[in-house]
Amino acid sequence: MSEYAIEMRNITKTFPGVVANDKVTLQVKQQEIHALLGENGAGKSTLMSILFGSYTADSGTIHLDGKEVDIKNPNVATSLGIGMVHQHFKLVQNYTVTENIVLGMEPTKGRLLDLGSASKRVKEISEQYALHVDPDSLIEDITVGQQQRVEILKTLYRNANIIIFDEPTAVLTPQEVDELMDILKKLRSEGKTILLITHKLKEIKEVADRCTVLRRGTYIGTVNVADVSEQDLAEMMVGRSVKFEIDKPEQQVGKTMLKLEHLSVTDASGVSRVKDLSLEVHEGEIVGIAGVDGNGQSELLGAITGLIPLASGTILLDGEHLENLSIRERIERGLGYIPEDRKKYGVVGEFSIAENTALKNYYLDTYRRRFGILDFAAMQKEAENLIEQFDIRSAEGSSTLAGSLSGGNQQKVIVAREISLSPKVLVVAQPTRGLDVGAIEYIRRRLIAERSKGRAILLVSFELDEIMNLCDRIATISKGSIVAVNKQHEVTEREIGMMMAGSKAEGAV
Amino acid sequence: MNKRAQKLLQSDGSVSVLVVLLGFLVGTILVALVGKNPLNMYKALLQSFSGYNIDNGRMNVRYIGETLNYSVPFILCGLSMGFAKRVGLFNIGGEGQYIMGMTVAQAVALLGPQIQSLHWMLAILSAIVIGALWGGVVGVLKAKYEVSEVVSTIMLNYVALYLSRIICLQLPGATTYKTANFPQTALIGNTFFQKITNNSLLNNGIFMMIIAVVVYWFIMEKTSLGYGMRATGFNKDAARASGIPVVKSISISMAISGAFAGLAGGIVALGSFKYGRVISGMDGYGFDGIAVALVGNCTALGTTLAGLLFGMLKNAQALMQGKQIPKEITFIIQGLIVIFIALRSALKLYQEYLDKKQLQKEVGVK
Repeated sequence: MSEYAIEMRNITKTFPGVVANDKVTLQVKQQEIHALLGENGAGKSTLMSILFGSYTADSGTIHLDGKEVDIKNPNVATSLGIGMVHQHFKLVQNYTVTENIVLGMEPTKGRLLDLGSASKRVKEISEQYALHVDPDSLIEDITVGQQQRVEILKTLYRNANIIIFDEPTAVLTPQEVDELMDILKKLRSEGKTILLITHKLKEIKEVADRCTVLRRGTYIGTVNVADVSEQDLAEMMVGRSVKFEIDKPEQQVGKTMLKLEHLSVTDASGVSRVKDLSLEVHEGEIVGIAGVDGNGQSELLGAITGLIPLASGTILLDGEHLENLSIRERIERGLGYIPEDRKKYGVVGEFSIAENTALKNYYLDTYRRRFGILDFAAMQKEAENLIEQFDIRSAEGSSTLAGSLSGGNQQKVIVAREISLSPKVLVVAQPTRGLDVGAIEYIRRRLIAERSKGRAILLVSFELDEIMNLCDRIATISKGSIVAVNKQHEVTEREIGMMMAGSKAEGAV
Repeated sequence: MNKRAQKLLQSDGSVSVLVVLLGFLVGTILVALVGKNPLNMYKALLQSFSGYNIDNGRMNVRYIGETLNYSVPFILCGLSMGFAKRVGLFNIGGEGQYIMGMTVAQAVALLGPQIQSLHWMLAILSAIVIGALWGGVVGVLKAKYEVSEVVSTIMLNYVALYLSRIICLQLPGATTYKTANFPQTALIGNTFFQKITNNSLLNNGIFMMIIAVVVYWFIMEKTSLGYGMRATGFNKDAARASGIPVVKSISISMAISGAFAGLAGGIVALGSFKYGRVISGMDGYGFDGIAVALVGNCTALGTTLAGLLFGMLKNAQALMQGKQIPKEITFIIQGLIVIFIALRSALKLYQEYLDKKQLQKEVGVK
C-alpha cells in the first residue's frame, strides 16, 4: 500500500477571470484526518470538486493509493471509494433515513424494492461507527446534526474509504460539533481517510493530524497540526500576522432604543416562524442573537425592517411605533440595516458606488434639486469621501460598478452607506460572512466604533465566536423564541449551545 | 483577439452596430441567393435614406420626409418598450396602448371642439392619457397582485383591437373600414414640411417625438424618479430594502411606458391619415418597438437611432419592389438583427472563453 491515500499533483484549474487552483499539491496519508485550510475563495472547494469529479482540472494528476486515476464525474469518484458530505445536505425531507441512503442504488428482490435488508445494513453501519441514527425515521423529524450523520452514512453505505467533509460544522450547535469531532475520530480509527475542509482553526487543532493551507489558489504548505499553534495556522492562511481579540471599551448603556414586544411572524405557508418574541436594545449596546440558521432570525429581521409583514406585536424605535410604517419611513425614523445577503438586498450591482451609497437618501434635499433633478456630482463627492473613510478598494473610484467589487468591498459600501446615515438603531445580519480576515477585522472594528457613538446595534450571526466577542448581551433564539438573554462573560459557549438546541439555561438575565 | 476588439464587444452600443451590420450582411447574401442583385437593395436603401436615386441621378426629398415620418411611431414605441424594460418589465402591450391612443385621438378629432390649435392638442393629449391608463392598469396589477405583465399586456392588446372597432364604428360617417374625414383643426400636418419635402406626410408629430425622446432621457438619467426606477429594474430586492417604493415605481413606469405608445397612436392617426380608421388588424408598431428598444439598448439615443433604421427599412420596401427585390427582405433583416441581439450573450460567453484561454497561457498550462 502506498504511503498516500490521495495525491493530487500540480492541479491547476481556471475559471473565466480567476485562477482557482494554481499548481496545487495535496498529499493525504492513509487513515489520517487531513484538514484543508483557507479563506473563502482560496480554492478549497474547487480542489475538492476536482477530487470528487464535479470539475475537471486543466492540468495535473490525481493518484489514489499510488495509482493514477481519471475522475470524470462524481459516479467515478463514488466507485473509487470517495464520498463527500456536502455543506448543504442533499436529502429528501419526507423520505426515511434508509430511503435517502439507498436513493440512486435501490436494492431489489426480484422486481420489488427491498428496503428491509437495506434498513438492516444501515443499522449495522450506524452501530459500527457509533452514529446513532434510526434508519426508519423521516428526515424532517430528525435534527440537523443527525441529518449530517445520514449524509455520512450515505458515503459509508457506498463503501467510501475517503470521506470529504465540506465545512461540516457551519450548521451545527457547539454540542453537535463535539459529537461530530468524535465521529471523525471514530471513522479514522475504523480505517477511513478523512479530508476536512474548514476555515475554523479550533477544529483543526482538535481533530486533524495534518493540515494543508491554500491561499488565493496557491499551495502554501502542509504542516503537522501538533507542531503549530492556531496563530501559526492563521498566519499561513492570511499571509500576515492576525489579531484575534477585539478591543471593546467598557461602556454605560443609555435609554432603550429598540423595543420589540410580543412579535410574531408567520411565513407564506402559515407556519409560525417568530413566536411572541420580546427584546430590548439600548443606546451604546450590541445585542447579539445567537442561534442555528433557520430558527426565525431572518424572519425577525425582516419584520423589523419591514421586508416581511408582521403577524402581531409592536416594534418601538426610540418610542415610535414602526409596525405600520413603510420601509422608507422606518429608514427615515433611524433604522439602519446591513443585510445578510448583500448581493440581493444590499447593493445594486449595475449601479456605481456613488449611486449605491445614495440608495437610501437620493430623494432627500441632499441630492435632490428643483424638478426632481438629482445632483450626481454631489453623490460622487460624498461617495469619494466614504471611499476614503471606509477604505473601499475600487478600480475607478466612485464610478466603479458595485457588482465588480470583491465581497469585502461590497460590504464596506453597505456599511459606509448605513453608518453615514447615522441611524439610531443598526440591524446587522451576518456582517462578516464570506469575507477575508482583513475585512472581518475592519467590519467588527466599525461596529464597535458605532457602539461607542451610542448606537443601538442588533446583531444576528451564526458564528458563535463573533457573537461571544462582539456583543454586550446575548439573546439565544430557538424555534422563533428567545430562550434567554445573558450578559457577555456571564455565559459560556457551551451554555449557549445548550440553549440553541432549545433547553432553558440557569441564571438567565 | 486583440484588446480593441475586446473593448468593442464589451460596449453595448458597438455590439448593436455590429449586429446591425451582420444583419445586413446576411440579408445581402440572401438576396444574392435568390438570384437578385444585392446592389439594388442598397440603391433602394440609399434612396429611402437620402432621396437620391443613383440610377437616374435624380433627387427626391420626399423619401427623406417619409423615412422620418415612418420612424416616429417606431421610436415612440421603442421608448415605450425601453422605459418599462429599464424598470425590469417586459411591456408587450405597446401595440394595445398604441391602438387605444389612435382610437381616442380619432374620437376626439371627430367629436371634439373645432378650435384652432386646441383641437389637435386635446386629441393628442387624450391619446397620451389613454395610453398611460392602458399601461398603468397593467402596472398596478403587476405591482399589487403580481400578475405577469407579459400575459396581461398580450391580452389587453386584443381587448384594445376589438374595443377600437366597437368605438370607431360608432363615430360619425363610419363604414367597415373608415370614418368621416377629420376636421382641419384636428390635423397635425405641417405645410412647411410638406413644401420642403415635396409633399411627404412628415408632420408636427416629429416635434412631439423629439420632445418624448428628451423627456425619456431626462426622467431616466436625471431625475430622482428615474433613479428609483433604474434601481428597481436592476435589483428589485435591494431597491425595496432601501426603501424605494417599488410598487409605485412599477405602476408609474408602466403608465409612462403606455403614454409613449399612446402618443405614437395619436400621431399616426392625425398625421398620416385624413380620416379615422376602423382597423381590423394591428399596425405592428408596438411589436416592432420591442425590437427597436432591444437594438437601441433601451437608451434614448440608441432607441432613436434604431427607430430611424427601422423607418428607413420600412420606407425602402416599396422602392425594393420597384427593383424586383422582395420587400420581405426588410423583415428578414429586422428579424436577423433581433436574433443577433439575442445572441449577445453568446458573444459574452465567447469572450469569457477567450479570457480563460489567455489566463491559462499566463499560468503556463499547456
